[in-house]
Amino acid sequence: MLLKAENLQKQFGNTIVLKDISLEVNEGEVVAIIGPSGSGKSTLLRCLTQLEKVDKGRINVCGKQMVETIQNKAVYADYKTLHDIILDVGLVFQNFNLFPHYSVLKNIVDAQMNVLGIAKDKAKSKAMELLTKMNLKDRAGAYPCELSGGQQQRIAIARALALNPRILFFDEPTSALDPELTGEILKVIRSLAEEKMTMVIVTHEMSFAKDVADRVIFMDAGVIVEEGTPDAVFSNTINQRTKDFLQRFSQE
Amino acid sequence: MKIDNVPLDLLIPNMLSATVYVIQIFILTILLSIPLGFLVALARRSRFKLISVPTRIYQLVFRGTPLMLQLIFFMYGPYYIFGFSFDRFTACIIAFTINYAAYFGEIFRGGIASIPKGQYEAAKVLGYTKLQTFMRIVLPQVIKNVIPATGNELMTLVKDTSLAQVISIPELFRVATNAGSKYFSTVPIVIAAVFYLVMNTVVEFAFKWIEKKFDYYRN
Repeated sequence: MLLKAENLQKQFGNTIVLKDISLEVNEGEVVAIIGPSGSGKSTLLRCLTQLEKVDKGRINVCGKQMVETIQNKAVYADYKTLHDIILDVGLVFQNFNLFPHYSVLKNIVDAQMNVLGIAKDKAKSKAMELLTKMNLKDRAGAYPCELSGGQQQRIAIARALALNPRILFFDEPTSALDPELTGEILKVIRSLAEEKMTMVIVTHEMSFAKDVADRVIFMDAGVIVEEGTPDAVFSNTINQRTKDFLQRFSQE
Repeated sequence: MKIDNVPLDLLIPNMLSATVYVIQIFILTILLSIPLGFLVALARRSRFKLISVPTRIYQLVFRGTPLMLQLIFFMYGPYYIFGFSFDRFTACIIAFTINYAAYFGEIFRGGIASIPKGQYEAAKVLGYTKLQTFMRIVLPQVIKNVIPATGNELMTLVKDTSLAQVISIPELFRVATNAGSKYFSTVPIVIAAVFYLVMNTVVEFAFKWIEKKFDYYRN
């Protein structure tokens, strides 16, 4: 098991965002998290990638304990462990967050060299290999502002992959793209799934989730309402709340 | 050669050597107040109130009182408070540095605040340390962001050097006004205006050039 989260709770002020979330992700598995806006999907992802801190619960990533709850309070691991855990995961953002002052190549090379200490030549050839895979080899010298959203997102995926993460998280990777560009990102994620990359994807693309995920999680109001194979969640929906949500989507 | 009874062959060399003061104040103030301004910006952003609040008060005081007054204060104040004095030029540089650092602090603080949170988050997930994130990701973008405002500030600085006359630094404006009253003419003042304008044209062109250098990307 690469990721095990138990009884996560998170509150922003008086708003409870995560009520009692438990989640497991196995190696090579693709998990899609769906649900209405404000259901806590993104917050869950942000807690798993250390961008937010949980109030309570336990998270274990690749065998390393990131946080546990002692006497009703979340206690995080030391800096070194947290840093090691960060290197095990990658995150692709909704709005890419590429470094605008770096060229495409440097975006992918910089962390390899300065975080992992990889030599320049090796980092470069790894970057070029990833760019080829993303079909963007000829844009290595370009700057992010010169690229389309879809191209930027592919660079962001390459940047995350360059550090060899064991789990890759996607936070609504196509929500900032127009429908035409969505396809190219979904294609990349699909090919990663074929390579057995472990992925957790928060998405609004229902047909894509159905298609690519091994397991679908439906979240609402900070809890996991329904969880199962795409077939079970989409075709044999048990929960009324899930049914309502999916119905509204199919109407659109 | 004379215009309006002003002997230019005597006046111009005097004004040129007075301009050396202008350039000295200008360069020393830049060298000292820009790094200090960065520290001020960081101090303002500190989580610790014990650091951020006094910094804010310092900025309020030095942006809220005349530079001319601050020059007089650093020239004559230390004698009354501590019983010693700085020499004129040192007092002048201290006043300019502390005053301009307060303004630069505000410019840089805005520059740092304008970097989207997503940049920090992306850097964090990629495993950059806090220091690496600041030096490699944030700072280069901040520099680009603050170039126009900094250029503006430096043009003001060129003109503000004329305030140094209140503590008897023989800078350009003082030499010009002295000559003006000596010869009953406005010609020296007009010449001084041309001098200032030339210097600021250089500053303006320099900053346009720097801005262009950073034009290779957009945020």
